[in-house]
Amino acid sequence: MQFIRSIIILKFTFSLCLAEFEKDLQLQLILAEPGDTIKLSSGLFPILGTLSMEGKENIVIKGTGMNSTTLNFSTQVEGAQGLSITNCKNIILEDFTVQNAKGDAIKCQYVDGITFRRVKAQWLGGPKSTNGAYGLYPVQCENVLIEHCVAIAASDAGIYVGQSKNIIVRFSEAFENVAGIEIENSTKADVYGNNVHGNTGGILVFDLPDLVVKEGKQIRIFDNIIKKNNIDNFAPEGNIVAKVPSGTGIMVMATEQVEIFGNTIIDNKTAGTAIVSYFITEEETKDTQYNPYTSSIYVHDNIYRREPQIPTLDHDIGLLLFTRFYKDVPDIIYDGMPDPKHLGAGGYIPNSRRLCIASNVDADYLNLEISKNFESWYSPFFAEFKTDINECECEQEPIPEVVLDID
Amino acid sequence: MGVGKAILAVTATLSLVFPAHPIFDHALPKLSDYGFFKAPINEQIPISGVIPYTIASELFSDYAEKLRFIKVPNNKSISHNDDLSFNYPDGTFLIKTFYYPSDIRDPDSDRRLIETRLLKKTGSEWLAMPYVWNNEQTEAVLALAGDRTEVSWVHSDGKPISILYSVPNLNQCKSCHVYNNVQQPIGPKVRNLNLNFSYDDIPMNQLDKWISVGILEPFQDKILLPRTVNYMDTHDGNLDQRARAWLDINCAHCHRRGGPAETSGLYLEVEETDPTALGIFKPPVAAGRGSGDLKYNIVPGHPEESIMDFRIRSRDPGIMMPELNRKLVHKEGVELIQAWIKHMPERK
Repeated sequence: MQFIRSIIILKFTFSLCLAEFEKDLQLQLILAEPGDTIKLSSGLFPILGTLSMEGKENIVIKGTGMNSTTLNFSTQVEGAQGLSITNCKNIILEDFTVQNAKGDAIKCQYVDGITFRRVKAQWLGGPKSTNGAYGLYPVQCENVLIEHCVAIAASDAGIYVGQSKNIIVRFSEAFENVAGIEIENSTKADVYGNNVHGNTGGILVFDLPDLVVKEGKQIRIFDNIIKKNNIDNFAPEGNIVAKVPSGTGIMVMATEQVEIFGNTIIDNKTAGTAIVSYFITEEETKDTQYNPYTSSIYVHDNIYRREPQIPTLDHDIGLLLFTRFYKDVPDIIYDGMPDPKHLGAGGYIPNSRRLCIASNVDADYLNLEISKNFESWYSPFFAEFKTDINECECEQEPIPEVVLDID
Repeated sequence: MGVGKAILAVTATLSLVFPAHPIFDHALPKLSDYGFFKAPINEQIPISGVIPYTIASELFSDYAEKLRFIKVPNNKSISHNDDLSFNYPDGTFLIKTFYYPSDIRDPDSDRRLIETRLLKKTGSEWLAMPYVWNNEQTEAVLALAGDRTEVSWVHSDGKPISILYSVPNLNQCKSCHVYNNVQQPIGPKVRNLNLNFSYDDIPMNQLDKWISVGILEPFQDKILLPRTVNYMDTHDGNLDQRARAWLDINCAHCHRRGGPAETSGLYLEVEETDPTALGIFKPPVAAGRGSGDLKYNIVPGHPEESIMDFRIRSRDPGIMMPELNRKLVHKEGVELIQAWIKHMPERK
């Protein structure tokens, strides 16, 4: 009798594993009560539509491992995300992979307390412009923890935190994405201990106009390995990352209070570290509340290493660098556009508001001075660049550590 | 059918496992349990107190036809605010049945009911409850996890169409109906209801009807009430009004401040006046391949260079807009938006 019953249970479980897996999982996501753990068993599960969780508190979604539990969306027929989590509090995602989502792999919006732990977002078959945009994608969230995760081959950013607050991204790996890790219009982020390699751009810190949440600031990028981010940009045109030159290690755009330290930045062919204003995009904006400048940027104690190699020739800046520097492109590139509102007496900007560069290993410097050189942009032989790193010699107060409010 | 049964089985099992879930305080197992309709309920003839209505401009859902009803609890009525938004009494039901005639050109052809969605006002929230009709068309049963079902009909061009129709699950309902984190109805607004409806062959303005049966408090000066144009009627309003009406009902439930797509900065409510928010020369934010290698949401004069046109024409789940509840392209809507963009004065 016992035996027969276990056969029946086994058979039931087995049928759930096939076509009913998706419906059963979706139902569990709908009915979950605070404190529940939704367990995903081992296996490769084809999913046809976006899985969604909405309005929940204190839920764990847990697989058996990022290499043993896989939700595969290759045959997805509806919904733009793989997994979508909205209006929730204290959610933990652990130990599974989301594969080949038609749009974003895992999107979380309006979630306070979201942990991604040992979660992988992947598009099989390497970089393709038909891959989905974002791998791990919290937006308008607070208290975001992403750790020991992997993101592969997103056509925008592998790990993308947008319009959020209180963020830690650590001990994760991102490769073959257009952007490995991107922090956009976000405040208080610590990005550390990550291995970011083989993307178009390694780590991006951007502030963009016309968004609900504006003015990202207080971002720390430290102790990361940022290596050989040299693949061709495969982002669909129109997206901001489509403008990122192949061979970018770190790029800070239009953001204030960014501290970059202790990173190992190796063999990124075009710009080890770029500090630029929004003007570099040559886009116009009518957003009157938007600040297009960088300020209070502190780059210190990083190790730069770069074998002589030509920068990307698919990008105006790459061409310009190639023309002027051939294979020996400087490591830290600044567009020379300080925020004019910080100009003090005598036209000087206080150290606390400037770009400061201190005690890096093997860092060469280039100031493009685009305000003076914009006219001669396309005749780089006549442009007047500055390459003396001493113009940035100063120190700033460290940005405080991010403390998450997560149980 | 097998799938349907299995869902029922799983739903039943889980309702035992999660008996405390608040949805079960409100959601009855079958549509007939509510007693909204006279038997046989598939004829969708409402009992007294359940009022049929229509709206001026409809959300496209794969050419499904819709029957709408409202039930306000006895002796209660809907009040309204200065901005004409409604305050519904607790216990109000909005009832919407989706069906396909076998031939879309002939309204009297056999029809197949697919799903009936209920929105119930409970406290400050609206609860969404999807019911799926059985093949015998005798009953619709609660399907919290939604469903997918093959649907066929003869289209307006005389050609047969067959699609895998999706009944949204509870969360997908909310993904469109949410506003500032609270679930809300989309269609029934003053400007969408301000038109005639045929009650037993006697046409009457719907707002007047609701007031006359006591479910809506009277307005002080009805003459000032706005009315949305019907975007499908080329004699109703001008091109700009029709296009904006289409965008409002099809897109603005997400694309508005406080809506789920507010992160995009694209706001498509009929009241929006900022050209950038409407998409004119606005670069995409997080569109991914939804950009279609195009630079701006709308390039005046050039629908073929506009992301908006690209996305509403697409059927790829990673690209198309709206994201949900559509397997087909809304040809008439796309043509309207293309004409609208084409006739915008070129700038820059």
